[in-house]
Amino acid sequence: MSIIVENLIHVYNPNTPFESKALSDISFSIEEGEFVGLIGHTGSGKSTLIQHLNGLLKPTKGKVQINNLDIMDKNIKLNEIRKKVGLVFQYPEYQLFEETIYKEVAFGPMNLGLTDLEIEARVKEALELVGLNFEYMKDRSPFELSGGQRRRIAIAGVIAMKPEILILDEPTAGLDPRGRDEILNQIKELHSKYKITVILVSHSMEDIARLVSKIIVMDRGKIALIGPPREIFREAEKLEKIGLGLPQMTRLVKKLREKGINIRDNVFTVEEVKNEILKLVRDKKNA
Amino acid sequence: MLRDITLGQYYPIDSIIHRLDPRLKILASFAYIIALFIVKNIETYTLVIAFLASIIFLSKVPLKYILKGLKPILLIIVLTFGINIFMTQGELLYRVGPFKITREGIEMAIFMSFRLIFLIIGTSLLTLTTPPIELTDGIERCLNPFKRFGVPSHELAMMMTIALRFIPTLLEETDKIMKAQMARGADFESGNLVKRAKSLIPLLVPLFIGAFRRADDLAMAMEARCYRGGKNRTRMKQLKFSTRDYVATAVVSGFVAFIFIISYI
Repeated sequence: MSIIVENLIHVYNPNTPFESKALSDISFSIEEGEFVGLIGHTGSGKSTLIQHLNGLLKPTKGKVQINNLDIMDKNIKLNEIRKKVGLVFQYPEYQLFEETIYKEVAFGPMNLGLTDLEIEARVKEALELVGLNFEYMKDRSPFELSGGQRRRIAIAGVIAMKPEILILDEPTAGLDPRGRDEILNQIKELHSKYKITVILVSHSMEDIARLVSKIIVMDRGKIALIGPPREIFREAEKLEKIGLGLPQMTRLVKKLREKGINIRDNVFTVEEVKNEILKLVRDKKNA
Repeated sequence: MLRDITLGQYYPIDSIIHRLDPRLKILASFAYIIALFIVKNIETYTLVIAFLASIIFLSKVPLKYILKGLKPILLIIVLTFGINIFMTQGELLYRVGPFKITREGIEMAIFMSFRLIFLIIGTSLLTLTTPPIELTDGIERCLNPFKRFGVPSHELAMMMTIALRFIPTLLEETDKIMKAQMARGADFESGNLVKRAKSLIPLLVPLFIGAFRRADDLAMAMEARCYRGGKNRTRMKQLKFSTRDYVATAVVSGFVAFIFIISYI
């Protein structure tokens, strides 16, 4: 499933005093199986953009193509697109409504019109994928769980629809560090196991840096930067101007280079930087 | 689609109507409503239209925007029209099955529908030109004389402020939950009545839970800031009548008096 967005413009409440341009002239494409990070400040248009990708919002102008299907095409059933593009909203735990977790996760698959057997298999699979025990969870009420667990139920509800593209809007917002790491790892596993396209929306560079193969940086409704993480993090000044912090490791490397230490500047995970520093120390000893 | 509701929404521009004292605007709205119900024939509506038109013109709120506020009550207007046209006795014009359409019925239907439309436009002008805070301030002051009879004017005003404040929030939330459920394949638009009512469960349950959660949070936040009702509370912005408010009072009183005179005398 590839995504092509061309010259997308979106204006909220046109022709009223509340009019606001959320997106102006956005163009990009995402290949099948890519893991993309969408990053930007609050109000930069991230959430607006992703809602176009499954037809929840219509472009004011421009084109959105999902697997060669134009979402504006009258002959296309939006349900078909929504079946393929799974969207997990911000704070999805506030959208739970069913009496039991089983019914909650089964809501999506049921809307797809699957058989009971298939639904059960999918619910089971989805719950295990987000690290919850099916037997233990299925008859409980989602409302007796903690916030982090509830969020996983909500994510499982979308995963159970087996989308080919999974979009998550700030899935780690408001979680503690452990909950955050767990959810991010599960998303990573989902991506590598099922080879689906994943778009992860976040305003945290740290989260995104170690997961994605491509980053789209948004600023005030426009795309500011786009490319693989290594290239993006080199544009330190531009990122800082937008007000997005660099990942810690990139900051460390930058500081070291400012001190005149000749360390490579395209490393950004803790592991890579550690090796690079150790190498430098060793070289110095040998010299 | 939910963003279309103008009722109870403030239209933030600067105009002479916006700057009028909220107490005056509230009382004037009451006077206007009373005047509307005094009107006995369609001809007098030209006066009402002229009055409304000049206020709309002075308020600088686009007419299109005001008319959009009629959308949610369109059904009520149509219903009123329907009931009046079929239920009024008089000179028979057409007969459709068991239904009779009379000349008086048509007149009554038009008359009543316009009354409703003018009612909504007039009252929505109040909320469109008055920021919610000023509005409730005004309500509180208007209710103050009844305090000695045990009317909790401050509490009522605060409740209204909060209710008004949460209309857009809840609409936004509805929009968000609706989208989230649509992303999971929920269908709110097709099917028969029972199916449609059922399809609202995934929307209403989270919405109510959210509303209670918000109410809880708000109560906590207010208490944390030592809120304890209206007693001894001072305010930064005192309401004050100015020349333009006296002029407006004169104009509105004149309008109502005139309607009263031509309708009864």
